[in-house]
Amino acid sequence: MSKRVVIVGGGVGGTIIANLLAKKMRSEIKKGEVTIDVVSDKPEHFYQPGLLYMLFGLKHYDELVRDERGLLDPMVELHLHPAIKIDKDKNEVHLKNGVVMKYDILVLATGSRPVPEMIPGLKEGGNWFYEVDACLKLRNELMNFKGGKIVLTIGLPHKCPVAPLEVSYMLDDWFRQRGLRDKVDFTYTYPIGRLHGLESVAHFAAKTFPKHGINTETLFNMKEVDPNKKTVTSLEGVTLKYDLMITIPPHKGAQVIEDSGLGQNGFVPTDRFTLKMEGSTNIYVVGDTTNLPISKAGSTAHFESDVIVENIASELRDGLTPFRYDGKVFCFIETGMTKATYIMFDYNNPPNPVTPSALIHWFKLTYNKVYWLTPMGIL
Amino acid sequence: MTEEELKQIKPTVTVDARGTYCPGPLMELIKEIRQQPVGSIIELISGDAGSAKDVPEWLNKVKQEFLGVIPGDGFWRIFAKKVRDM
Repeated sequence: MSKRVVIVGGGVGGTIIANLLAKKMRSEIKKGEVTIDVVSDKPEHFYQPGLLYMLFGLKHYDELVRDERGLLDPMVELHLHPAIKIDKDKNEVHLKNGVVMKYDILVLATGSRPVPEMIPGLKEGGNWFYEVDACLKLRNELMNFKGGKIVLTIGLPHKCPVAPLEVSYMLDDWFRQRGLRDKVDFTYTYPIGRLHGLESVAHFAAKTFPKHGINTETLFNMKEVDPNKKTVTSLEGVTLKYDLMITIPPHKGAQVIEDSGLGQNGFVPTDRFTLKMEGSTNIYVVGDTTNLPISKAGSTAHFESDVIVENIASELRDGLTPFRYDGKVFCFIETGMTKATYIMFDYNNPPNPVTPSALIHWFKLTYNKVYWLTPMGIL
Repeated sequence: MTEEELKQIKPTVTVDARGTYCPGPLMELIKEIRQQPVGSIIELISGDAGSAKDVPEWLNKVKQEFLGVIPGDGFWRIFAKKVRDM
């Protein structure tokens, strides 16, 4: 009897898994022994890291989007209807159009999204670049900004943990290029007592921020924003005044995860090695959807996908799941408009940023162009 | 609380942040304590020696309750109670 693998989510994790699995199990798929289905709520596949560049006019929307169907292997079935309920006891995914999909193996790849509403006043008072419309709005605000106080605030949890640093370095460069830097008072806030969650990256920022004239306020967790007075107050009792607030809003996972009782705030309790949902034998979780205390980043989803694909294929063929995720993450860090560094780490090896260089920056820009090979399962 | 008393606690939620460098143990605790209801007890397991100092300092700053810490073999079990909305 045919085995059905259903993947909910057409982002980087879901698409890589579908394509790698289709390549790996081509003969079984051709014989009708295995089917792979992807469920997505939108026909486009958007390259989210491109938003950082879109903010400065360095990328256009059209460069950052592809048709999801075109990225998927022809042997993968794509269903463009949102999943509204997942019944793990009956092994069913319910779609908005009324279709009920039975599965043998389910992959949850539903991602995460900024939810500024979690902090009173943040939606009205803050500007962010983690979504297309918000990014374009902030771009407009920056273009019209003639000087004053900019405050960067950070909610928890959030994806792409190096983006707050990157945007700070890039803004510094950008305002210098425009001859406005001396009119801009820029303050970077951070939730804990140093400048980044990663100790080595925090040291790197502490060493380089003074050269960029970036002020800092650590132990700052947003409690509320007053958009009229243009102030943001922290749980720790500090109030900062701003003329323009840039924020990384706190994130939640997908509504369908919460509605199906699979995880608080849309994040699914997951085994950090097997990447199976806790208490489940046939549900895998990838990328931002896990509740794992690791970076919510595209590379995390990418490296996790490799392990999940190997285990699904092995399970379908031999009933065995021997592969384990080692916590590997890789992130580029832009340190301005012309240089970048990178970090790589796993559960056992902390990262250490290398000296920033133009070469790494160009490597990142190249990756931005060839990213599409990643969800296709080629790179 | 004494170590013996801490060992008797049944936490509302346990966050195992061992071997995870980013975002790190304190940020995991901040995220968790904000989303749990008042009265919840959060157990944070951290492999970072600094957490045994950072976490109580932050809890004190935001007026939440630090219940104590149990040192383990290369890790620390830190207990916090949410006593007010945040």
